[in-house]
Amino acid sequence: MTVRVQTEDFDVGFEISQLRKMRKDTGAVVSFVGQVRDLNEGDSVSQLTLEHYPGMTERSLSLIIGQAKSRWDIFDALIIHRVGTLEPTDQIVLVAVSGAHRGEAFKACEFIMDYLKTEAPFWKKEVTQSGERWVEAKQTDDAARERWTTTHESIE
Amino acid sequence: MKIKLFYFARLKETLKYSTEDLDLPADVVTILKLKAFLAKRGDVWGEMLMGKLKVRAAINHELVDDKAAIADGDEVAFFPPVTGG
Repeated sequence: MTVRVQTEDFDVGFEISQLRKMRKDTGAVVSFVGQVRDLNEGDSVSQLTLEHYPGMTERSLSLIIGQAKSRWDIFDALIIHRVGTLEPTDQIVLVAVSGAHRGEAFKACEFIMDYLKTEAPFWKKEVTQSGERWVEAKQTDDAARERWTTTHESIE
Repeated sequence: MKIKLFYFARLKETLKYSTEDLDLPADVVTILKLKAFLAKRGDVWGEMLMGKLKVRAAINHELVDDKAAIADGDEVAFFPPVTGG
């Protein structure tokens, strides 16, 4: 399992090939890339700054991968999340999951993103025409996470 | 009981604190009691920790709820709901 929190950009092709070549019985790698949009809540966004809680972030992301591994038959997973100042079209996050077949890898990748959005300690502040503002957490993200649980328990 | 406290995002910005070391009175033993204790510092503290804003807490890097018990030497953090990804 690989978890990285960094200011630098990442090379999706390189990261996926590393994951792909780790095992010769890998038949599928599913990935998700998140990028900065120039629009939020109807306002144009020129810049985004991401803050995080060093130590807890890495622990939380590792726990999420651990949960995915215990739920689905996957081989490995990778999360790279950027922090610092980013601009529209910059990559923010990469999640990649390898496995024998696509089905389990697709589900695990989506599960990891849904939990990352609601459990991992990152916060976004954006610059719009009317100034700086903290991005508000979305109910739709909570709902997306709740799909994975019937008991409404936190992963902790 | 001695603890290390961290604040993040909007809380850090508004409270103008990122971290502090605290020696807590003997009756401040849960997250809720710690919030109430800090809220007594004044307006902005009460607004941020006991007001309408949703605040999440962590003890030793683990998300916890208001009932969670605090122990000597713990690292406690307060922050708004997360918005990464």
